[in-house]
Amino acid sequence: MGPNALAQVLRQVSFENSDQNLLIGIETGDDATVYKMNDETALIQSVDFFTPVVDDPYIYGQIAAANALSDIYAMGGKPILAMNIVGFPECLDQSLLVKILQGGADKVKEADASMAGGHTVKDDEPKYGLSVTGLAHPNELMKNSNAKPGDKLILTKPLGTGVMISAIKGGLEKGGSENPAVKSMLELNDKPVDILKKYKINACTDITGFGLMGHLTEMVKGSNVNIKLNTSEIPIFDGVIDYAQMGLLPEGGYANKENYKNMVMGKLNVDPDREDLIYDPQTSGGLLFSVPGKIADKVISELHNNGVNKSAIIGAVKQGEQGIILS
Amino acid sequence: MEKIDARGLDCPKPVIKTKKVLEEHGEAEVLVDNEVAAENVKKLGIKMGAKVTKVKESEENYKLVITDFKKAEKKRGQTGKEKVIFIKSNLLGEGEEELGEILIRGFINTLKDIDPLPNKIIFMNSGVKLPCENEEVINSLKELEKNDVEVLTCGTCLDYYNLEEKLKVGNISNMYEIVDSLNKGEVLAI
Repeated sequence: MGPNALAQVLRQVSFENSDQNLLIGIETGDDATVYKMNDETALIQSVDFFTPVVDDPYIYGQIAAANALSDIYAMGGKPILAMNIVGFPECLDQSLLVKILQGGADKVKEADASMAGGHTVKDDEPKYGLSVTGLAHPNELMKNSNAKPGDKLILTKPLGTGVMISAIKGGLEKGGSENPAVKSMLELNDKPVDILKKYKINACTDITGFGLMGHLTEMVKGSNVNIKLNTSEIPIFDGVIDYAQMGLLPEGGYANKENYKNMVMGKLNVDPDREDLIYDPQTSGGLLFSVPGKIADKVISELHNNGVNKSAIIGAVKQGEQGIILS
Repeated sequence: MEKIDARGLDCPKPVIKTKKVLEEHGEAEVLVDNEVAAENVKKLGIKMGAKVTKVKESEENYKLVITDFKKAEKKRGQTGKEKVIFIKSNLLGEGEEELGEILIRGFINTLKDIDPLPNKIIFMNSGVKLPCENEEVINSLKELEKNDVEVLTCGTCLDYYNLEEKLKVGNISNMYEIVDSLNKGEVLAI
């Protein structure tokens, strides 16, 4: 669902959560929910599934799993258990589902977690994803709502998977793992979390269907800060700007823009094509960290040296009115 | 003109269909049933250098008429570069102000008679007063626009001179688009 419609629905539901151990619930729009088991262990829970983004069923399965696992990493946790969620049409060949599930199983294995079961329903089109459980120490949780003035923002994967998926669907790009955006969607977000755990970081989230601007909005509101986003520094997959100019912008990007553009307080010489992409819905997107300014360069070079080589500093956190300035 | 009924088609099919038709026929009339598809098809037309008009026909339906794609191709074909006229001041040359004003008016009024026509005219700094204030100049620019000359005016400059509401012709542009045009084009700076 679009962010607007979803917020409208959720407003009408009363959630009466009184359990003190529910550390992160529905209120801050964080990546996953967190429940404190004891002083040493917090349980992290998340669920995510979607329709095919590429034709190859094995690649689709892997991407859907990487995308679902990402929510656990975004909280600073480690996934331990996963369960499949499947919608599948009766008219399709079952061998396709075998490949989708194999993709998911292989990704879960790569994440060192166990595939523990699942649930299937008959559906008009295939849908696949995971419900994932992870663990973290309650003191090491990475919330999205704790960015501090003086922080720098680090994004670990380029933007543009939404536009690229449109280009693939339109037959202008290949959907195999040789496509840099597909390769990126296949990558787990485990490495950056391992690296960033050594540092004192203030906030973290992963970029999903709400786009970079959706997640920055949550960060701004939850942390009560102002963010300056340097659009020219944001890494974007090759070819994506051309495709965006051609009108291969997915509907979700328009919905995100409609919903989050009112957070923009000012613009300074922003390339309009890059501006479109900060609203692009991401599948299995990167992590966005808010780290103290003085360690940002060190963090980036360590990320680069450990294979997270597209990561970049894309903005800064300031004191001030809640909003985002684009430059 | 080739007609495309792209109603009921999921994104990105309307764009892909239109692209194929444009490449073959140079023009197209496209019917879509949602705002997103209409915006995307419009973007495609502009990206391909064609002229696009978007009409909202009913609550959901939009009609896009895309023309002159081949003409744009042909025009650029001569040197491969767009001809850009960059006007940075409301006066032409250095000297008496009154003379400078007369000369710049004459310059713009003459532009419509030259061959080949420029592809773009960009106004910056005090130059932005020209598409806002003088009726004769505005009419000449409107005529140029009818002949596919793009008239762009620097938004920051309009804002500075408090003229944003007074712009009579062409579109407001930004530094990126302007620098990009100057960088890629064959530029005559005034």
